[in-house]
Amino acid sequence: MPFGLLKYGLSRNYPAKHHFTPSKDLKRHYDVVIIGGGGHGAAIAYNLAKYHGITNVAILEKGYLGGGNTARNTAVIRSNYLTEAGVKFYSESVKLFNNLSNEFNYNVMMENRGQLTLAHSDATIRSFRWRAEVNQHMGVRSELVDRQTIAELVPNLNMSEDSRFPILAGLWHADGATARHDAVAWGYAKGACDRGVELHQLTEVEDIDITSGRVTAVKTNRGRVECGCVVQAVAGASSIVAKKAGIPLPIHCYPLQAMVTQPYKPILTPHVSSPQVHVYVHQTSRGEFVVGGGSDPYPLYNTRATLDQRETLSAAAMELFPFLAQARLLRQWAGTTDMTPDYSPIMGLSPVENYYLDAGWGTWGFKATPICGVTMAELVATKKVPDIIKPFELERFYRFEQINEAGATAASH
Amino acid sequence: MKPALPPRATRGRSLKLLTCPLNGSRNISEFTYGGEYHATPNHLTTSARDWAEHVFFHDNAAGVVTEWWCHTASSFWFLAERNTITDEIIRTFKAEEIYTQRVDFSTINPESRS
Repeated sequence: MPFGLLKYGLSRNYPAKHHFTPSKDLKRHYDVVIIGGGGHGAAIAYNLAKYHGITNVAILEKGYLGGGNTARNTAVIRSNYLTEAGVKFYSESVKLFNNLSNEFNYNVMMENRGQLTLAHSDATIRSFRWRAEVNQHMGVRSELVDRQTIAELVPNLNMSEDSRFPILAGLWHADGATARHDAVAWGYAKGACDRGVELHQLTEVEDIDITSGRVTAVKTNRGRVECGCVVQAVAGASSIVAKKAGIPLPIHCYPLQAMVTQPYKPILTPHVSSPQVHVYVHQTSRGEFVVGGGSDPYPLYNTRATLDQRETLSAAAMELFPFLAQARLLRQWAGTTDMTPDYSPIMGLSPVENYYLDAGWGTWGFKATPICGVTMAELVATKKVPDIIKPFELERFYRFEQINEAGATAASH
Repeated sequence: MKPALPPRATRGRSLKLLTCPLNGSRNISEFTYGGEYHATPNHLTTSARDWAEHVFFHDNAAGVVTEWWCHTASSFWFLAERNTITDEIIRTFKAEEIYTQRVDFSTINPESRS
């Protein structure tokens, strides 16, 4: 009897639960102020509260929780990177992702479906061999596969030898996965707020007070807040926020566009990407095909969708999966990617003593969310840079020690 | 900083044009973006640290910026003022507007030569 449900809805014994902090005034002082309420900001707060007992923490978010690049990425989780620093970092993240639903007691819809990158040229096969060797050495499941194996993994892929760029081989990454991106941010934020962290949405940081090399307070549109330290985790707004603290960053912001089709019955299991035709495709658990990975050719702070990208992404997707020619597009959107020159993030210390950077997340931010939460929280709590993120410090650019991460984006390498 | 919507005239327009000071109005797909314009540091006196900052670090400003562009087909380099929020090109001009005299690289520091 459906009316039976009303008794739960109206009963005082079953009050509505708030997952996040209900709106309230900002306190005068927080031990830690996290600028940016996306997946990363929430993950840092969660780890501070749960594993370091630091709960006098505020997350200041200009818009709403997980409404920036956390909502706009294409939810790809993988660790088949190329540099030692990169593989080590992202493989830890994949491990944490696998246990995230248990960690939160909240379903993030993790699906270990594998990821296949396609080679259409001998040069790409050589680079895949290199990547597979590095990956296997670091304990990541990654191998070079032939055409027959590809046809078995993805039966509906266009394997014709008459296509513009016939598929020659592939890099199969069994650890590749996807998860619900919103749920990752919500799970972290809920866990943080349950432990006393305050999430303040519609709270924009307008200025940052620095006195003799230390940050003392942040000024927001809702008043001034004193703080013990600041963590900046604002992805596309990294340069703008860091400038308020007087910190220059080696970042350029480009819009990255993606789109989804109408939903279909499940017919594609792994995530498939092609650096040559420059596209990646996977089918979500809702049945939509996500078609991604088109960066605009010049920097922009604008998340409009363009016909150019729609055409090139569609053409590329149809080359791999000709049946998508019949599909209707539901949405096309863009996220602002904060690209670094070496395709690696900028994490750790900054020239301002108690101001920590979590920036330069380009097109690789979502998959790093859990490990970023763990390592940045450890840095804030212990003031020591964890070894695993040491290579990613801002100083590397001054020492000419970039981490050239050629495996960073699924489509463009 | 409040991101503004692009003005009505450019919203949803599919073909984006850029005016090359040499070749006139062309589709933007014929051009290559060449990075922000910054005055070149003095090659005799600049430290490695400052060079690193000049090479790798960017203003990445939200608003009107001055930057290098190249008409790919003719390899003609020029400068453009562009609004990175509204995606509007405000004006394009030849480099000689800024570089009024030839940059002299000939005075090579004898110590760094060895």
